[in-house]
Amino acid sequence: MSREPLRFALPARMLHWLMAALILAMLLIGAGMISTTTERYPHLLAWHRPIGLAILVLALIRLLVRLTHRPPPLPTDLPPLQVAAAKGSHYLLYAMMIAMPLIGWAMQSAGGYPVTIWKGFTLMPILPHDIVVYGFLRLAHGLLAYAFFLLILGHIGAALFHALVRRDGVFESMTG
Amino acid sequence: MAAPIKIVPRLAVISALLAALALIFAWVGGWLTPARISGAAVADVLQAANGKVFPGYRRAHAKGVCVAGHFDANGAGVALSRASVFARGSVPVIGRASTGGGNPMAPDGRNVFHALGLRFALPGGEEWRMAIDHTPIFVVSNPIDFVELQNASIPDPATGKPDPARIAAFVGSHPETAAFLDYMKTAPLPSSFANGPYYSINTFRFIDAKGTSRMVRWQFEPEAPFAGLDKTTLDKEPADFLFDELLARMKRGPVRWHLIVMVANPGDRTDNATIRWTGPHRQIDVGTLVLDRASTEEAGNCRDYNYDPLILPRGVAASDDPLLPARSAAYSASFRRRAIEGPKTDAITVDHRKENAL
Repeated sequence: MSREPLRFALPARMLHWLMAALILAMLLIGAGMISTTTERYPHLLAWHRPIGLAILVLALIRLLVRLTHRPPPLPTDLPPLQVAAAKGSHYLLYAMMIAMPLIGWAMQSAGGYPVTIWKGFTLMPILPHDIVVYGFLRLAHGLLAYAFFLLILGHIGAALFHALVRRDGVFESMTG
Repeated sequence: MAAPIKIVPRLAVISALLAALALIFAWVGGWLTPARISGAAVADVLQAANGKVFPGYRRAHAKGVCVAGHFDANGAGVALSRASVFARGSVPVIGRASTGGGNPMAPDGRNVFHALGLRFALPGGEEWRMAIDHTPIFVVSNPIDFVELQNASIPDPATGKPDPARIAAFVGSHPETAAFLDYMKTAPLPSSFANGPYYSINTFRFIDAKGTSRMVRWQFEPEAPFAGLDKTTLDKEPADFLFDELLARMKRGPVRWHLIVMVANPGDRTDNATIRWTGPHRQIDVGTLVLDRASTEEAGNCRDYNYDPLILPRGVAASDDPLLPARSAAYSASFRRRAIEGPKTDAITVDHRKENAL
């Protein structure tokens, strides 16, 4: 029997912390840009698209890393409900990381907008122009962003619970 | 085991950290600063000033028709901007002619903005969108004043009309708004969408191939000779006379405007759309806008675009005019709302159907 790893693989840890910063920044940029009519609106919007594309690319790489590297096992004494919550929330986190940028790209396509990553670099549309489809995707993008933020709060809370209360090495498997 | 005593403060630390994060998110999102004006807040006040929501229509400039054609650049604009649209050649354009106001069924005979939304399709998926008006100046200089003016214009539930005292109070404390209203009263209103000029309203920045930046405004000067409407008989005109005139005119042939770019002189205000640039300026005719097709929104392909003035190509950028980001944010809020409501049939199509049924 092969020995179980104690930590996540180095690429997994690097991707985790890089994406943690990007995703938190992205949620704040998104919430901030729709809150204002000052010049912060176009400036934040100009950052929102390239960071979104970066998150999509990194998330796909991360999915590959996750499929090719075995993560450390959860502690054997973890109650079944917490095991289910851990597994379920990680599926959801991966789904969000991939779905949110795709929904953003799709909704801008359906809205008939140029998907401008930066001036002079425009992505091709991935949906035909349809304002009603835009309307629903835009709504989903906003609602899922709040859900994603809550999910991340739960993730951070659980990580700190492992670090400070259970002290079972789960937190260190990502930081160490 | 001493654990139970220690767990409580540790859980408190975790909770405090999560609460702090949630608080930062709430602050960034504007929930802790209700006075911050969002694009949605502008859409809200427009709806209130309209007296009701017209689902599926734009919150402003609700009535319009589609136009299409192309822009022929003569190459002169290259001196000011590296935008590919200025290199000698032609790019396709679609657009929407509209009248000001939030009621999509309003008659055309009103002393309001005549406007044009335009979408230039540049090579490589780049776009230039603009929303231009027949007046060289705007009614307010910033979004705070815009919201205040719309607030003052909300109809009184008792009379169904805005309270004149509130509007007078706003105009009294805003000489630039008084000047705009005076302009609307005295300047002739074009008798056609095709024979009047259209102005950029705001200042923009052009960047040339060397990276030199210049503040500019622009206007589309019509080839058709100008004629003004008789403002005393405006309300006697047929409901769709302006839009029907444009539809009929374009059946006869194309309509042309020259795009004249004006470069700021030192001292010109770039951050205030209520102040005209007067006196001699460097002006360059950079090409001709040719519109040769017009149709109702229902039949055309213009309604479901957002003519956001900050969708700009390389070589064109925003100025420091605070109205620009506000227009961009507010147009997007209006677009989001009408998208989810689903587009509705335009007034001109409705009226044509009624006429055909008779």
